[in-house]
Amino acid sequence: MARNDQQADSQMDLKKSPSALYHWLGDRIFSSLSVTLGITIILLALGMAWVLFAEGAAALREFGFFGFLTGTTWDPAVQLQFGTWPFLFGTLITSGAALAISIFPAIAVAIFSAEYAPRWLSAIIDNLVQLIAAIPSVVIGIWGIFVLAPWLRDTIYMPVYLWAEASMPALLPLLGNPIGYGMATATIVLSLMIVPYTTALTKDAIRSVPVAQREASRALGATRWEVIRMAVLPYARSGIMAGAILSLGRAIGETMAVAMLIGNKNTLPFSIFGAGATMPSVIVNEFREAVENLHVSSLMAIGFVLFILALVINLIAAYITRKLSISGGQTI
Amino acid sequence: MKLTIPAILLTLFAISCSSGGDSPSNGTENRLDILGAGATFPAPLITAMADEYRDLTDNRITVNYQSIGSGGGVRQFIEQTVMFGMSEAYLSDEVMEDVQENTGGTAFNIPITLADVVPTYNLPGINEELVFSGELLVDIFLGKITRWDDPAITELNPQVDLPQIPITVVHRSDGSGTTNVWTSYLSRVSDEWRNKIGFSTSVNWPAGLGGNGNEGVAGVVQSTPGSIGYNSLSYALLTNLSYGAVINSSGNTISPSFAATSEAANIDLPEDTRILFTNTPAENGYPIAGFTWMLLYEHLDQNNAIENRQEAEELVRFVIWTVTDGQELSESLGFARLPDAATNRGFEMIRQLKWDGEEIGRILMEEEGHL
Amino acid sequence: MEVLLVITTILVILPLLIIIYHVVTNGISALNWDLFTEELGSPSRAMQGRPTGLIHTMFGTLVVDFLALAIAVPVGIGAGIMLAEYPEHKLNPLLRIMNDTLNGMPAILKGLFAFALIVKPMGTFSGFAGGVALSFVMIPIIARTTESALMSIPWTIREAGLAIGLPRWRVVLSTVVPAAKTGLVTGILIGFARAAGEAAPLLFTSFGNNYLPNSWIGFLLNPVDTLPQRLYSLAISPYAEWHSMGWAAAIVLLGFVICCFIAARFATREKFNVS
Repeated sequence: MARNDQQADSQMDLKKSPSALYHWLGDRIFSSLSVTLGITIILLALGMAWVLFAEGAAALREFGFFGFLTGTTWDPAVQLQFGTWPFLFGTLITSGAALAISIFPAIAVAIFSAEYAPRWLSAIIDNLVQLIAAIPSVVIGIWGIFVLAPWLRDTIYMPVYLWAEASMPALLPLLGNPIGYGMATATIVLSLMIVPYTTALTKDAIRSVPVAQREASRALGATRWEVIRMAVLPYARSGIMAGAILSLGRAIGETMAVAMLIGNKNTLPFSIFGAGATMPSVIVNEFREAVENLHVSSLMAIGFVLFILALVINLIAAYITRKLSISGGQTI
Repeated sequence: MKLTIPAILLTLFAISCSSGGDSPSNGTENRLDILGAGATFPAPLITAMADEYRDLTDNRITVNYQSIGSGGGVRQFIEQTVMFGMSEAYLSDEVMEDVQENTGGTAFNIPITLADVVPTYNLPGINEELVFSGELLVDIFLGKITRWDDPAITELNPQVDLPQIPITVVHRSDGSGTTNVWTSYLSRVSDEWRNKIGFSTSVNWPAGLGGNGNEGVAGVVQSTPGSIGYNSLSYALLTNLSYGAVINSSGNTISPSFAATSEAANIDLPEDTRILFTNTPAENGYPIAGFTWMLLYEHLDQNNAIENRQEAEELVRFVIWTVTDGQELSESLGFARLPDAATNRGFEMIRQLKWDGEEIGRILMEEEGHL
Repeated sequence: MEVLLVITTILVILPLLIIIYHVVTNGISALNWDLFTEELGSPSRAMQGRPTGLIHTMFGTLVVDFLALAIAVPVGIGAGIMLAEYPEHKLNPLLRIMNDTLNGMPAILKGLFAFALIVKPMGTFSGFAGGVALSFVMIPIIARTTESALMSIPWTIREAGLAIGLPRWRVVLSTVVPAAKTGLVTGILIGFARAAGEAAPLLFTSFGNNYLPNSWIGFLLNPVDTLPQRLYSLAISPYAEWHSMGWAAAIVLLGFVICCFIAARFATREKFNVS
């Protein structure tokens, strides 16, 4: 009984005048816990870079960093020669082309949603565009295999190929085999998949344009479109840039849909309709299956190159978005 | 509102846990998972064997076989992430030496089934079986012959009205024993192929596009008019792909069949069964065939993926079953049965399997009545 | 100009609707009860018309996804609290950059990382490794959304708490975090939806399995099946039966992800209504 009273008393004490210890200790534990968790993330990112580098070191040592980057032979059988240029090239070409295809439509959607569409329509458009980013890559892949690739082959690639064969045979090597799986198909799918990133950042940037800016040009008698073109877009330029760069980063890292649709060919030259490969797709295809240690190490080294590429792209995009303090497509 | 969705998911999870609970949880002590991975070619057979074996053992033993390619089978065997690997290429001397060095014992390549690789193609409207020669296949896969109406093809197939469309060569994008068998044949019939490309589980293809796995190649061939690839006979049968006959070293045109495949393997086998018999001298043998091996460590305890003796014993029982009763499943699935010579070589190796130095292979063989 | 914008917008949205249309029509015709009660087994099961399904895949997905969530929520929210509540901390700029870096990394690299980190030392592919790999996908998303959700709570609320003598940690936990709850939930749902659709990190970690593991702990210690990875292998298989099962897997996966997406939208909307 007495003990209970004592306990109650001490609890009362704590409640009445929370001791300095309670404050100090609680804050210490809490802050060090959250800092530890924060540091975990830093360690994860650094650890990832380190693991990829350490595991890829054997290949980088064997061929030299630039030799590895520019080597054009990927031969796991006879010469045990590993150069990543075909995949680097395939990645840059498909991503670059996808960005070129998607950037203007993506900006157009952002402009329409921000400037023209009524509020309810704008909300629907935004949600649908964000939904594109939410669709799992493998779902787009299975759709690509059974719907898109056969359709593209029959309605576009084959007719173009037959036309070229009849009237411009010189084009044939450039076009490549119109089988449905290949660089063009992968690029088309990629360009759809990256639209949301450009759109989201562009729209953020447009929203951040000061009202005064618009009012000024409207006062000069500009039409709605002229206001957008002369007052809004120039102001939003860096946001659009950031969106485009972020989209490029997504395209470079996109793995499953590309691996399912690009045709997986490891040697240059690539052609427009013909098969190719990208850095992520070659990792997916070969990582579980590589026998030679050097082969495994080369795949890890590709991962390291991919890491650096993604790092540079994200640093640029992060720099721009932080500078503008726009939300950076957080919803994605 | 915001918490309802996770709550619903959690509830669903809880419900499914309790309702599905009876299948995974009764009699947990004896239930075992055996993990294997490797070649895609024997996957239909091995997974069907796994189904059957699970029924035989009243759901006690689950064999999880993932078809990731022969290269993967060898790799994961070396990495010791699987209890057994499967490959259509036997372990190289280098790997055998490494295993000897690291585990103090050898690695066994136990023949499980026969792989025959057939040229598969997709030519709409053509129902006749095409005839290929070794040289023709080499030229097609080197990218020298690019059209189906090329004289080299029409010459061998005068009765067929070949379409005027380009040839799409389809090959494996992953490491594969099917590729090993196929390229070893091409290397044996052509010096050019041997010197330029060579043979291995994955090579630097001069032409064509890659499909992932036997599945992937069959899938691409199926959906691509004008394509030619190579698949195991069973995949061609399962997926209704057209496949061609090949002229063998004796000049006979051989249609792929179980008999012709077994005939090809009718040769002297070395003790460790590590031999390729492509371009077989056998007169009526189909020239593009080879064994599919199961890869096991002699000292099973040295494999990190095997945790205790019980797992090792169940693994050995399964291996014994696959080379004996399990073979019953072969022909209905499009696989040739092992010839007796190969089974006996397999028995000799199984007898030498050890756990902590004890010959559990011999003990279990006697238990199962194979003396 | 307006017309051109409208047309472009439709052109961008249209493929999305086409994809959903194909997934739904192909998926629904492939859905059946066996899918939720039977294991996959060998391809000959499907071809001989014996019962076959993806129950092991559904379980595996739930285990791996929720394991990832269990790892990612504390780490992500903790880091978000560090960024938002201790803005003076010297490591914050670095953390912000590293978090963005991690967020932008292709998911396949997270799979390679988890392979080296978990699979190799453990000696086997496992559901646990898969969960860790997926948590790498969720963590940066959750950290980032947590930061901005907490930042959106005015400082005056914190000052009020401190003024009445509450310690800082109590202020954060009992005032700021509850006020930012919808934002946190949105972030978690977005991270969850994003990770649930990823196949690339799972190929080298949870690996795949044609059956249920033999025990519940087997979900963590043995290879397990997950929807995205199974969908990939069904889609590239040569069997027509498996293709249609792939469509069924696609509709289940897409439905799951869209549910999370809609839930996230709902949560955000409520936040707007409040403010």
